[in-house]
Amino acid sequence: MTATLAITVLGLDRPGIIAEVTGQLAELGGNLQDSSMTLLRGHFAWTLLVAVDAGPADVQARLARLTDEGLVVSVLVLPEQSPGGVDGTEWLLSVHGGDRPGIVSGLTAPIAEAGGNITDLTTRLGAGLYILVAEVSLPGDVDVTALTSRIAEVSAQLGVRATLHPAETDVL
Amino acid sequence: MPPLPAGRVLAVVTAPADVLSIPCVDVDPTDPAVMALAADLIATQRVSPGCVGLAANQVGIGWRVFSLDVSAHPKARVTHGEYVLVNARVVSASRQEKSREGCMSVPDFTGDVKRASQLVVSGFLPGSGEEVVLETDAFEARALQHELDHLDGLVFLDRVAGAHAIYPRKTYL
Ligand SMILES: [Zn+2]
Repeated sequence: MTATLAITVLGLDRPGIIAEVTGQLAELGGNLQDSSMTLLRGHFAWTLLVAVDAGPADVQARLARLTDEGLVVSVLVLPEQSPGGVDGTEWLLSVHGGDRPGIVSGLTAPIAEAGGNITDLTTRLGAGLYILVAEVSLPGDVDVTALTSRIAEVSAQLGVRATLHPAETDVL
Repeated sequence: MPPLPAGRVLAVVTAPADVLSIPCVDVDPTDPAVMALAADLIATQRVSPGCVGLAANQVGIGWRVFSLDVSAHPKARVTHGEYVLVNARVVSASRQEKSREGCMSVPDFTGDVKRASQLVVSGFLPGSGEEVVLETDAFEARALQHELDHLDGLVFLDRVAGAHAIYPRKTYL
């Protein structure tokens, strides 16, 4: 039976990891769905969904060469249920400032309290500079002015700059 | 623009339809078939919520013709009303700005795309065949480049600003 598997591959980056993983999945007849990969301080980090007529153990076995070289591969079966989302407006939260503990938790808490959902997130640490960029869905009834002032309060306490702007899409 | 015959509402094709990836061919702006297509594009654009422009290959016809009307859009500054241009091309483009756009032919996604915000386009009016040169900016410039891209066989996915600049589209107009 075809199941949707969630595969994560993590470890020291080198050229060819994606070609190797997808080559093995193709041999299993897998059909790649959504995936997202980036480098986190030089570490390869990939999460992908694949529809495949094979179990997690078969997939793990196929990817054994990668685990042998030290990459961490996990494979799990995704439950057959449609994920809930937030139907509302789209926003972009961008934050930057001196690195210190609590920036991400401090700024995402007011969004969570408002019922907002983060749909995409990147954080980066430079030389003492911390950066957060998040795509946020807010329910239609959220008081954006109140949320914006809560974010301003938290960012003042943390000594960082934060802005929440509409991520408008124009249909052309 | 000279008056056009009454148009028909046509179905909009969606990616990965081949017709969206093939450059459109120049046509005679005075050809009655081109005038009929111009009328159909306007009619289809008018009934499609949020639609500000439509290229001929979006209704399955590989001719270099598009319709546009950004006059009701809040981000528009210079506007030229509702019109159709035939065999249009960019004369000059400058001042790139990045913005998020969607397309009726790519209904499930949006993406960040850089486009010129100062634009000069030349083309021909359907019917009379009169050559016109439009100088515009801001949202009309963006919309024109989006439609001209369609006519060159490109959709916004071909110009997306980065590997993480494609988003699932959650709200439908
Ligand atoms: Zn389009």
